[in-house]
Amino acid sequence: MTDLPAKTDRKLGLVIDLDTCVGCHACVVACKGWNTENYGTALSDTDAYGAAPEGTFLNRVHTYEVTPPQGAPVVVHFPKSCLHCEDAPCVTVCPTGASYKRAEDGIVLVNEEDCIGCGLCAWACPYGAREMDAVAGVMKKCTLCVDRIYNENLAPEDREPACVRTCPAGARHFGDLGDPDSAVSRLVADRGGIDLMPEQGTKPVNKYLPPRRRDHLTAPPENLAALCEPSTQGLGGFLGWLDRTLEKL
Amino acid sequence: MHPAPSLIAFSVLSGLGLGLLAMLGLGLIVPTGWAAFLWFGLGYALTLCGLGASALHLRHPERALKAFTQWRTSWLSREAVLALAALLLIAPHAAGSVFLARPMPALGLVAALMALLTVLATAMIYAQLRTVPRWHHWSVPVLFLLAAFAGGLLLIGSTTLAPLALALLAVALLAHWMIGDQRFAGAGHTGETATGLGPLGQVRQLEPPHTGTNYLLREMAHVVARRHAIKLRVLALVCAAVLPMLLLVLTPVGQPVSPPVWALAVALHVLGMLAARWLFFAEAEHVMGLYYGRH
Ligand code: SF4
Ligand code: SF4
Ligand code: SF4
Repeated sequence: MTDLPAKTDRKLGLVIDLDTCVGCHACVVACKGWNTENYGTALSDTDAYGAAPEGTFLNRVHTYEVTPPQGAPVVVHFPKSCLHCEDAPCVTVCPTGASYKRAEDGIVLVNEEDCIGCGLCAWACPYGAREMDAVAGVMKKCTLCVDRIYNENLAPEDREPACVRTCPAGARHFGDLGDPDSAVSRLVADRGGIDLMPEQGTKPVNKYLPPRRRDHLTAPPENLAALCEPSTQGLGGFLGWLDRTLEKL
Repeated sequence: MHPAPSLIAFSVLSGLGLGLLAMLGLGLIVPTGWAAFLWFGLGYALTLCGLGASALHLRHPERALKAFTQWRTSWLSREAVLALAALLLIAPHAAGSVFLARPMPALGLVAALMALLTVLATAMIYAQLRTVPRWHHWSVPVLFLLAAFAGGLLLIGSTTLAPLALALLAVALLAHWMIGDQRFAGAGHTGETATGLGPLGQVRQLEPPHTGTNYLLREMAHVVARRHAIKLRVLALVCAAVLPMLLLVLTPVGQPVSPPVWALAVALHVLGMLAARWLFFAEAEHVMGLYYGRH
């Protein structure tokens, strides 16, 4: 049944640091790679080398510009994958029971053998976290790398989601958000982690850490022009000697 | 939302078919013999064509039986179960009317209820979605039920009840559009709440996550030109409700509708409902679009 579990033993999820994300899309590629070779059908591409390439992805990185009331606009890179919501509307709408939320760890998954490809769950998700694969005709979504995190064939340091493992900036963190003492929960508490579109009532497990406030210049630097103009003033070492010597000629 | 032809055809045809079966179940007309065969046959044909069209929407229709299992939580599953119940329950009533000239009013009544509940379930598939504020409103089930009533009454050629139902349908269509236009803004979802970046300032999309299009944009970020929408609204209102109503009202009291007038009214109604349903999907904005800087 596509009832949601009343409560899950753990709440596994991601914490995404919008302050550190550099927008390199490495997590997008790592996610696509792992999930094309492992759990479920491959994430297909269509017209990959043609004029209108398209593909299925479980994780995508948006980029926004945020303009504060005062000061300069800030660029924020914004990775987005399934938030493994506690009150997941995508699960309860599913007519076949293909979509479900696991009672043991809260991961939201699709059983692809049962999916009829109606697409209703993608409509029910506020975050655009589900994509119907164009070739396989079944619903694809982030699995929280369920086939990595419990996988004893992998080295212990690899038993975390592919996107987390690959992020060069350390902007993605994985852990149990149901345990207030876990590293991810402490991170959320310290940095004021937030929910996306809380007014939709989905109670996302994944949290986002907002960008830190940028510092502001209160007064312009002295002699700004000197910082911009190329100048040999104060040049030391061999180059300084050369400059002074040439000057004397 | 993407106005998929399969979904538009499904909801218009099955709404009409179930409306007709409900009127036959309620005993508003009590045909027997060949007449009953034609009436019930038309009801079944419309409903089954609609259900067939909806199966086209599925990427794996061969697994459709699985959709009968999750009725406890899923309106889509409830719709499947209720449609089957309605079609099965009306069968003895239909067979009795056709072969024995003995309708079964009690069973017909239950079947009519099931048929109307099926229409309600269809509407609830849309109305339950908080992600589409235009749909997430009680006016949607009211609109779908009124369309089924009006369609059914029009098909049986009622000159008293059908004009009334068509007038109510016109009001419901207008209300759906007027309320609907306010829904997205009223729901309070913005780029700022979607990204959670509101406390920092105003949010604008700088770069989308992909250069081409994708499933999400095709399925949920359909944009209609406002100009076209207004023309279609007028067409839908006039064809689906106003003209059929006038055609029926102009029929002299106490006389049955003449077949050509009936056919014209029905054709206009179907055309108008197709336009109305196209708009129902095409004008509906999904909150996911906010991540792509839409709205
Ligand atoms: S993010 Fe979307 S797909 Fe994931 S659990 Fe929440 S509603 Fe479902
Ligand atoms: S697309 Fe598949 S998983 Fe989604 S609601 Fe339909 S049957 Fe369920
Ligand atoms: S947890 Fe795994 S499936 Fe989910 S976004 Fe990261 S790499 Fe992709």
